[in-house]
This record gives sequence, structure tokens and C-alpha cells, in this order.
Amino acid sequence: MELAQGIAILGKALGAGLCMGIGAIGPAIGEGNAVSHALEGMARQPEATSNLRTNMILGCAITETTGIYSLLIAFVIMFAL
Amino acid sequence: MNVEVTGPSILFSLPILGGIDVTQTLISSAVVTVLLCVSFVLLGKGLTKRPGGKQVLVEKGIGMLYDMTIQTMGEHNARWFPFICTLFLSSIFGSLIGMTGFLRSSTADLSTTLTWAVMVSVIIWYNNIKANGFLGWLKGFTEPVVVMTPMNLVSEVAQPVSMAFRHFGNVAGGGVITSILYTALSMLSAIILNAIASSGIAVSIVVMVLAVGLLVWNSRDKKTWRLIVGILFALLGVFGLLQALDIVSGVPVLALGIPAVLSLYFDIFSGFVQALVFTLLTMVYVAGSCPEPEEAAA
Repeated sequence: MELAQGIAILGKALGAGLCMGIGAIGPAIGEGNAVSHALEGMARQPEATSNLRTNMILGCAITETTGIYSLLIAFVIMFAL
Repeated sequence: MNVEVTGPSILFSLPILGGIDVTQTLISSAVVTVLLCVSFVLLGKGLTKRPGGKQVLVEKGIGMLYDMTIQTMGEHNARWFPFICTLFLSSIFGSLIGMTGFLRSSTADLSTTLTWAVMVSVIIWYNNIKANGFLGWLKGFTEPVVVMTPMNLVSEVAQPVSMAFRHFGNVAGGGVITSILYTALSMLSAIILNAIASSGIAVSIVVMVLAVGLLVWNSRDKKTWRLIVGILFALLGVFGLLQALDIVSGVPVLALGIPAVLSLYFDIFSGFVQALVFTLLTMVYVAGSCPEPEEAAA
């Protein structure tokens, strides 16, 4: 049935798009904050650069988690539903 | 655009204990384990007091991991080092082994990461009970205020779930994005090659002449974009000509370089960072449940 299939694809596309689109805002803002403070620290004290860089990467990986949750749900909606 | 995203496929089924399915993940994990065991046995042979080149590298690597463990967990927790090292190396090699074409990353399966996370959780609970007693552990959920108990319970369940999903999501999501990119690039190159081939042989000859012109211009006055565009036009022209002559059709030309560069981020960097984050979180949580033994004053 073409109409029912079309509506299903519409639902999937809208769901996945909104999910990933809105879910990408939070981690980006958070990681930008983290990197900006790390850069400020590096500018203030260049000899702590490598320490700050390692901890910044670590913090960004943990902050990225909720973005990955939205990505997973978007994949489940698109490919497994 | 039809992208097939599937989980690990079941290869065959062992008929013992009611049928154990052997999946691609099991085979990858087994290969990683055997590789790590064999390589460490070989690297540990013939240790000398005046180390040769290989031993220096291995000592430096193990030393870095040991320093990180001591720094995060404290001196009294040095006995956790073999476990932490195993977890870290299994994680990073499990992610990297997906870069060979025929094995699937063992961490791209929720089973692997969820197993590790539940294992770490059980270790934390066991050490908590050993340090504080069973009632002391339960009472720890009511700190700092009794009304916080449901939130403490939820966060206790959310810790391993979040660790597992973070690792799995990064590795598997990177793989799915790469496969979507491959499909999109091969569709794009099919469109371009069809356009070139159906306009006749003359168009592909023109494209090849343009490519030769660009490459000659580049050899006089080197700029990177001329080299890249020249090679691109050459490939498109050659394959357009072959398609117009009906020798081959639908060659994914544009899928040649870009996914490799992205794989540097998605496979290597992301795999390393996720292994590091998983291991660091494990260290912090386990260290939190193994407090320092108080020295009795003499």
C-alpha cells in the first residue's frame, strides 16, 4: 500500500531528523565552553599545555555522550523501526 | 538511498548447551585475545638488564599505563593494574581490528561493552560490600539525605549503562556514518559517470584533455588544488570513457580518498579516546570504592 508506506517513511524521516538535530545542540555548546576555558588556561600558563589538552579531550569525550545517545536513537528510528 | 545497517551476523551455531550462536563479534574478540596473548608472550621473552630497542618501547608503554593507574587510583591500588591494562588493550585493539576489511570491531556490539560495564559494576559493589559491609553499602545510598535514595539508585544503574552506550555508540556510530558516506559517494560518482558516458565519447575525451592540461599546469606552478582536481578529472574521464564503451559501469570513483581521511578520525582517534575514557572512568569508580587502608598508629 503506497500511502501507508509513504506515511511510515515520513514519520521515520521526521523523527530521526528532529532527534539528531535537536540532540546536536547541547554537546556542541558544552564542548565549546570546555575548550574555551582550556584555551584560556593554556594562554595563561603555556607550560601546562599538554596536561590541559589531555584533560580537555577527556572532558569532551564524556560531554559527547548525550549526543551519541541521540545518534543511536536516530539510527534505531531510521533503520530498525 | 538504501543503506543496510545490520548488527553482527551469526556465522554458525555450536550444538552444545542448547545451541550457542557464534557471531562475528565472538570471532573478532577471540582473534584480539589470541593476538594480545601471543604478542605479549613473545615480547616478554629474553628480558635483559640492558634493554634493546624493542624492550625499551614496551617498557615505556607499560610504564605510561602504570603511572596513569597509580596517579588516578593511588599507591595502595596498584594491584588493579593488570585488570586495567587488559581492559584498555582489549578495548583499543577491539576497535582497531575493524580496520582490517574482513573482521568486525568487537566493540561495535553492545554485548561486549555492556559485559565490561556490568563486570566493573559488580567489582565496585563487591569492594563496597567488603569495605563497608552489606548494610553499610545499602546505607550508603541514603547519603547525604534520605530523600536522595531514589536518585542514588538511578545513578547507580545509570553508570554502567552510560559507560557501555558511550563506547558502543561512538564505535558503531562511526561505522554507520562511514558506510552512509560510502553509499552517498558511490551514488554521486554513478550520477556523474552516467552523465559523462551518455553524452558520448567526445565529452569524456574533453574531460581527459582538461585533466592533462591541469596536471601539466600543476607541474609548472605547484599548487595542491590543481593536482587534486587534475587527478579527479583524469579518473572521471578514463572511467567515463570506459563506461561509454560499455566495458565497465558504475565504478565508485569518488569513494577513493575521502573515507580514508575520515577513518583517521572515526576509527583511530575515536577508538583510542573511547578506550581511554572507559578505562579512566573504571579507575575512578573502582578507586572510589577501595579506600585507603588506615594505618594504625603504633
